[in-house]
Amino acid sequence: MEPLLDVRNLKVEFKIDKKWVAAVEDVHFQLKAGETLTIVGESGCGKSVTAMSMLRLLPKTTAQISADEILFQGRDISKLSDTEMTKIRGQGIGMIFQDSMTSLNPVKTVGKQLDEAFLVHGSVDPAEVKQASINLLREVGISSPEQRYKEYPHQLSGGMRQRVMIAMALAQQPAIIIADEPTTALDVTIQAQILELLKKLQEKSGSAIILITHDMGVVAEMADRIIVMYAGMFVECSPTKDLFTNPLHPYTRGLLTAIPRKDMDIDRLNVIEGTVPTLTDMPKGCRFYDRCESRMERCKNELPPLYTRGESSVRCFLFDAKDGE
Amino acid sequence: MLKFVGKRLLIAIPTFIGITILVYVLSSLAPGTPLEMIFSDPHATAEQMEVLRQRYGLDQPVVVQYFNWLKQLLSGNLGISYRTGNLVWVDIAERVGPTLLLTFSSLTFSLLVALPLGIISAYRPYSIWDYISSALSFVGAAMPNFFAGLVFVYLFSVKLNIFPSGGMYDSSGTRSLGMLLHHLILPMLVLSIQQVGSLIRQTRGSMLEVQQEDYIRTARSKGLFESVILFRHALQNAFIPIVTRIGLMIPFLFGGAVVTEQIFAWPGLGSLMVLAINSRDYPVIMGITVFIAAAVLVGNIVIDLIYCLLDPKIRYE
Ligand SMILES: Nc1ncnc2c1ncn2[C@@H]1O[C@H](COP(=O)(O)OP(=O)(O)O)[C@@H](O)[C@H]1O
Ligand SMILES: [Mg+2]
Repeated sequence: MEPLLDVRNLKVEFKIDKKWVAAVEDVHFQLKAGETLTIVGESGCGKSVTAMSMLRLLPKTTAQISADEILFQGRDISKLSDTEMTKIRGQGIGMIFQDSMTSLNPVKTVGKQLDEAFLVHGSVDPAEVKQASINLLREVGISSPEQRYKEYPHQLSGGMRQRVMIAMALAQQPAIIIADEPTTALDVTIQAQILELLKKLQEKSGSAIILITHDMGVVAEMADRIIVMYAGMFVECSPTKDLFTNPLHPYTRGLLTAIPRKDMDIDRLNVIEGTVPTLTDMPKGCRFYDRCESRMERCKNELPPLYTRGESSVRCFLFDAKDGE
Repeated sequence: MLKFVGKRLLIAIPTFIGITILVYVLSSLAPGTPLEMIFSDPHATAEQMEVLRQRYGLDQPVVVQYFNWLKQLLSGNLGISYRTGNLVWVDIAERVGPTLLLTFSSLTFSLLVALPLGIISAYRPYSIWDYISSALSFVGAAMPNFFAGLVFVYLFSVKLNIFPSGGMYDSSGTRSLGMLLHHLILPMLVLSIQQVGSLIRQTRGSMLEVQQEDYIRTARSKGLFESVILFRHALQNAFIPIVTRIGLMIPFLFGGAVVTEQIFAWPGLGSLMVLAINSRDYPVIMGITVFIAAAVLVGNIVIDLIYCLLDPKIRYE
């Protein structure tokens, strides 16, 4: 079956000090209908940029996006005009952002902002939109939704605001929901509730989810497949059970051994010695070279391609020789 | 919201009292006693002067004088003009209209020019509108209004002869709205130049800042068009700092009016102020100062009310 989303050779560059530097490159992945794919990696490795570039939500003047193809439902959305792109946003692919405080407009009521999501592509009749919004607020677990509908974002708790964000992303029943660290700003019990909600809603609607996180516990809980990102590139992509039982890339292995329990946040542990290279100072060879325990001579100057191993793919020369065997 | 406005009103009272003290102290520090101005008659005897001192209460300590003045002020009596012998409030009242006309039309004009230009230049950087905006804000920053006034009079009245160089009406005796507007345009433009400049910069800056906000990205992610995002999401947020700027501009508006009215012989409070200063007409000077201070306070309260409308966080405090 044709995948729902097929990203080929995505690259994002930012203008930094008058020069274009790549923040994300050589990104390839596929997403099947109804699947949950997670992208994990330390902060700053390019997860948000990857997600936002697909919907062209990056600042136009300082970001440049290119791709061979981004096939969504068989259509190459990387070549759409900006006007056509607005029809993909919200309706085809919805997005939930990390910080619900800043991601909701402080001067508009929750209800008005949610109404807008229903009205933008005319999916609901204006006369019925208020009821639709209130119903959806109730569905995402907001108590007394009639009251909340009239309130402003600052009057809601963090967890409730994130539920509103989820409702806004769901309003147009998109085929894909991208959730960029939807629980990072929340405390642990609320986190669990929000993830539970996402799962439940996904089962009901059948949407595929791209979940971005740096919390391995969330990954284990939610993912069908996992992409591990490092310094702007995918280094491994594996089904969840394979990744936890048989991690391929030295970075993935490092992540897993350094984490004593699954529910540890890789950002809060200094998991692997050394630091991530900066955008303006990317090494020529493997980007993990400085921190890698299994590094070889060729890794220093040569960038490894993605090698396929069963259902997984991995960007590491350790798997080069085995290809030939 | 009521609480917020109430608080602002309460703060306005001590501010106003503070201003009256300042006005009083400054005018009593100014050189030259009023009596010298009223009666420059060199033959006046010391006794005659003493009688006058008592009549005007000038023989009492400054503090007592201040409270007498404040008491009168609060009962609406601003005293008698040394220069004209009229009640001060009568002199002020006939000048208020022209000044308010000048300042309000200038503020309105500035907003009508600066807001669209600021918004367009933020949305279309490096476009022709952006260059026009930069040029205008540069001119605004570089041109004090006494200078702009002279340049405008020279260009538009002397050379091109399309606008009158002063007054509110011409000497023909007939008065029409058209004539008034014709006379208003030059002083209004001159008074607007600096405001337009600073408002363009503020608007452009606020719009650029708002564009970076996460909620604009959220609006985009819903599939809204840019124009809808501008009108429904960006403007209201961008207006909050712009309104602050307008509030800060109000005192300069009145200050600028003094100079502009003088250049264009505009019969408002500003030119009355200059007359009063030249003849050390203290009751009038103090009356106008207090009146303008009160106008600025009222302006700031209006600004606070607009804040409440724009920002629900303030409304629900
Ligand atoms: N608008 C931008 N301009 C310049 N650099 C950016 C911009 N957005 C993100 N970056 C850079 O791109 C890299 C990836 O960022 P991001 O995708 O936000 O990381 P994360 O994996 O934590 O989501 C970081 O180095 C970040 O500094
Ligand atoms: Mg991020």
